[in-house]
Amino acid sequence: MDDKMQVERLNLFYGAAQALYDVSLRVPEHSVVALIGPSGCGKSTFLKTLNRMNDLVDGVHIDGRVTLDGQDVYAPDTDIVLLRKRVGMVFQRPNPFPMSIYDNVAYGCRVHGVTDKKVLDEVVEQSLQGAALWDEVKDRLKTSAGGLSGGQQQRLCIARTLAVAPEVVLMDEPCSALDPISTMKIEELVSELKQRYTIVMVTHNMQQAARVSDRTAFFLNGKVIEYDDTNVIFTKPAQKKTEDYITGRFG
Amino acid sequence: MENKSTRQEYIHDLAELQNKVIQMGELVTTAIERATHSLITQDRDLARQIMKEDDDIDDLTIEIEDFSLLLIAKQQPIAHDLRVIATSFKIASDLERIGDHAFDIAKTAKALAAEKQPVELLYTPQLAETALVMVKQAMKAYREADIVLAEAVCRQDDELDELFARSFTELSGAAVNDIVKARQQAQLLFVARYLERIGDHATNIAEWVVYLETAERVRKLR
Repeated sequence: MDDKMQVERLNLFYGAAQALYDVSLRVPEHSVVALIGPSGCGKSTFLKTLNRMNDLVDGVHIDGRVTLDGQDVYAPDTDIVLLRKRVGMVFQRPNPFPMSIYDNVAYGCRVHGVTDKKVLDEVVEQSLQGAALWDEVKDRLKTSAGGLSGGQQQRLCIARTLAVAPEVVLMDEPCSALDPISTMKIEELVSELKQRYTIVMVTHNMQQAARVSDRTAFFLNGKVIEYDDTNVIFTKPAQKKTEDYITGRFG
Repeated sequence: MENKSTRQEYIHDLAELQNKVIQMGELVTTAIERATHSLITQDRDLARQIMKEDDDIDDLTIEIEDFSLLLIAKQQPIAHDLRVIATSFKIASDLERIGDHAFDIAKTAKALAAEKQPVELLYTPQLAETALVMVKQAMKAYREADIVLAEAVCRQDDELDELFARSFTELSGAAVNDIVKARQQAQLLFVARYLERIGDHATNIAEWVVYLETAERVRKLR
């Protein structure tokens, strides 16, 4: 499998405080990579470096290299809007816009200049299908997204991300605010989505990482302690620190 | 994508695990059948062939064990799913032992094939047939989640034990003045013992089938 993204010797500082140390990691295309580790270990910070969401934070300094299809994401001529279209993001808490279900999904396309109603209708349907939400909402597309359950809202946010045809989808603890059934639905969806997209997911739920990912990276204190096939990480990790963490013996 | 149940990959993996156990059951029943045949026909080449094929059964055992452990580590199985994995692990181990006994029978067949004096098999074919039927029925019960059939297999073990007892009496008493025959019968006594043990493992499998489907333990009086 080809690498969709590559990270080489990435160091990240918030002002004088270093948050990531020499992180190198390859993300194979059409796979799910899970990032696990205790709070504050740098996994969310790392995730945000992949589509330059950290640019929005004051005082951030980054060195090292992040590439998407071999192109340097941090090159001065990078079109950040285009980058974030290609590398979409789903957040911890579902954050639908205060508008209808339809308008939520169509939002990205409209921002990118699409006005043809037929095209928008098609994108909305396909994206909602892709996020396994279509059947539940097809009769109430014009109603407010706020009326959906938490799990539905999160799938709506996934549909909104898919609507702009991303290549990579970043997910920052996408199930932490959801009940077990909604969580299972999202996990199943992730397995479906990897056929068409590449997914990098931060999760606090180690079992979730074990269930859905192909590869798992264990972060600790801003460093990648171990990165390997998920089957290996969860049956015979090479590092004692990894084993201690995944078996709950940490600290 | 709609209307599909969640956790499809996991459900698929559980079915695949059970298929591997069923496949192992097929290898093992074939091994018993052929080992018995090699004994009856004094076919040395066939006996050798069966001994070689035991490696395939052992490889499949390891595959089932590894796959079971991986599913436990990755999927946190519970309820019936957990019993599917636990019983696959246990049944694979019983099947592996049955495979070993088929190997042992083939090894005896190989030794007896070298005998010049014809071998009088006495109860051996009947024992072999009963043990084979038990394994086949236990695996059918597993395949079809058939508790009634599984319980019937458990009861059939009494029949096999009875046959073994008769076989033992006959084989241990007959040949005091004939060294060659005494040696042959000592070999057959071992075969009878292997077949009786195969029946015990078939009973275990049947008990695991009941546990898999009901979460209840069969408490058989032995």
